Formats: sequence, structure tokens, C-alpha cells
Amino acid sequence: MSLFTNSIIPLIIAVIVAVGLVKRVDIVGSFTEGARDNLAMCGDLLPTLILLITAIGMLRASGAIDLLTAAVSSFADYLGFPEECLPLALIRPISGSGALAVYEDTLESYHPDSFVGRVASVMLGSTETTFYTIAVYYGAARIKNTRHTLSAALTGDLTGFIFSVLTVRLLFGE
Amino acid sequence: MLKYLIGFMIIISIPCAVITGNTAALTEAVLNEPVNAVELLIYLCGGMCFWGGVMRIAEKAGVTSALAKAFSPLLSRLFKGLDTNGKAFHAICMNISANMLGLGNAATPLGIEAVTAMKEEEGCTDTASRNMIIFTVMNTASITLIPSTAASLRLKFGSSSPLDILPAVWITSAAALIASLTAASIPYLGDKEK
Repeated sequence: MSLFTNSIIPLIIAVIVAVGLVKRVDIVGSFTEGARDNLAMCGDLLPTLILLITAIGMLRASGAIDLLTAAVSSFADYLGFPEECLPLALIRPISGSGALAVYEDTLESYHPDSFVGRVASVMLGSTETTFYTIAVYYGAARIKNTRHTLSAALTGDLTGFIFSVLTVRLLFGE
Repeated sequence: MLKYLIGFMIIISIPCAVITGNTAALTEAVLNEPVNAVELLIYLCGGMCFWGGVMRIAEKAGVTSALAKAFSPLLSRLFKGLDTNGKAFHAICMNISANMLGLGNAATPLGIEAVTAMKEEEGCTDTASRNMIIFTVMNTASITLIPSTAASLRLKFGSSSPLDILPAVWITSAAALIASLTAASIPYLGDKEK
């Protein structure tokens, strides 16, 4: 398994280059052309990224996540959602690095094979950094009106959080 | 929507910082985070250029169109009115393949390329189209088959079998994907096929 996962990327590139050579594609010219196009895309992306990352950084530094955790913990408890996983659920859609830090804290305080540890793992493994993905895709493409993208994406995240609790409870017990 | 959200995050952080006594940290964030954003972009930029180059070779060698052909029975139903031989459809197929293999760094530039190409092909100005929303939501729901980050951290913290969460991750991912796709499609339920 690890041999497969470790060598999959070089393998894909080797296959693409090999097929290119067989079909007599100018691989160097094509590569630089494609790379140059994406370099321009990077430049387009920077202003959006600076605004987004700064806003997220401010929110994280302000302790808003802790306040929000305290505010919704009794409600989450009522729904049977483990309170210990709440900070992770709140930060997961906003910040990838933040979520990773919270996840490591969780694994340190609760064993990875505990109920809380498993729920946190499933949560991290099955969801994405929603805001970042939306901001990066639409920012690069210069789409300003995102319509119902965010609400649809957050519906998915919420479903993911609920299902991580349900599946762990079902498959491993409390 | 995004502008209100970003504005909200910035404004709400001030009272929160006062309550929790984190005002010094907040100022530090304002000063440091823009630099972090540039660092993040530099980190992303290498991968974006590299995969852009590889993708161009794959396009010219006909690899992407073979992949698109394999995916098209399923994906052409999801992305309506998109040319299955076009650049956007090819980028979508490559992005989904990268996501399924857990290659996040490769998936991001391909995803950006897909949205940009959709904007061109569908003649959008600055408003997201139905196909863009479906595509973006598929990415935010993540279609990962092997949660490698979670697995390696579980191993590090002493889990006896780090991959025992796989079935739970698959069920949860599928549920999240179905929920977001449903939520993304609801406004179009009454529409006739174009």
C-alpha cells in the first residue's frame, strides 16, 4: 500500500511524459507553455489570498473560535455531538493549518483510538478547507458573485461533521 | 457573499480580541498574515506551474481526452451543457482524478484551471454559473479515498491501526458530497434541460 502511495505521483508523470514522447509531442515546449500560463494565474491569485489569509489570521488570533465553542457547546452536547470535537469542527472550514494544529492537540489529549480521537480523525479526513477552496478558485477566475456556493458547501461540511460522529458511534461504539 | 464573510471576520475579531485579551496577538496577525499569504503562494506556485506544465503535455499527448472519455458518461450528467472535448471538462476530470488519489497539491491548480476555463466557455462575467458551483462544491466536500494526513498523525500519536477509520471516512465523505451537491442543485430543480 505505501509503495503504491509513495510512487503514484512519479509514476503518473512518467506515464504522461512517455506517452508524450511516443506521440512526438514537444514536451519541453509544452511544459514551459503550461507552466507560464499558471505562473500568470499565481499573480492573479495573490491579492485575494492576502485578504483572505489576513482575515482568517485575525479571526484566529482574536480567540473568536474559543468564544464560539463556549457559546454552542451546550447545544452541541444536547445533540450528542462530542464537545471535545467542537473547536475542530469550527475551524475546519476556515483554516487548514489551524485545523491541523487543533487536530494534533486533540490526539495528544485523547488517544487516537478513543471515541473523540476517531471522530476528530474522520472529521479531518473527510472534509476540506471550504473557505480557502472557494476563495482560491473564484479569486483566480475573478468571480465576484459566488451565489449559493458557500451555503451549499457548508451544508456538506455540517453533514460531514454529523456523519463523523454517527459512523464512529456505529462502527466502533462509544 | 464572500465579501460580507471576509468583512465580518475582520470586524468581529476586534470585540472578540478585547473580550479574550488577545489584542496584541490580533495586531501581530494583521502585520504577519499578509507575509504568510505570500509565503503560501510561493509554496503553491511551484506546484501550480509544475502541474500546469505536466497537464499541457498530457493534453497534447491525448492523455486527458482519454481520461475525459472514461469519465464523461458520469460527469456529463452532472455538468450540463459543457463540451466534453473542451478544456474545462478535461481540467475537471484531471482535478477529480487528483483528488481521488489524495494529491491535494496537484488538485488545486487543476481546479483553478477548470473554473477559469468554465468561465471562458460559458461566457460568464463575474457571476458563478451552475457548473462552477457544482464543481467547487465537489471540491469543498473532498473526494479523498485515503486520508493520508489523518492516518500519519494517528500513527505518530500511537494508534494501533491508523487506517481503521477508512470505512467511516468513506461513508462520511459520500454523505457530505451528496448533501452539498443536493444543496447546490436545489435552485435548479424546476429548470428544464438546456
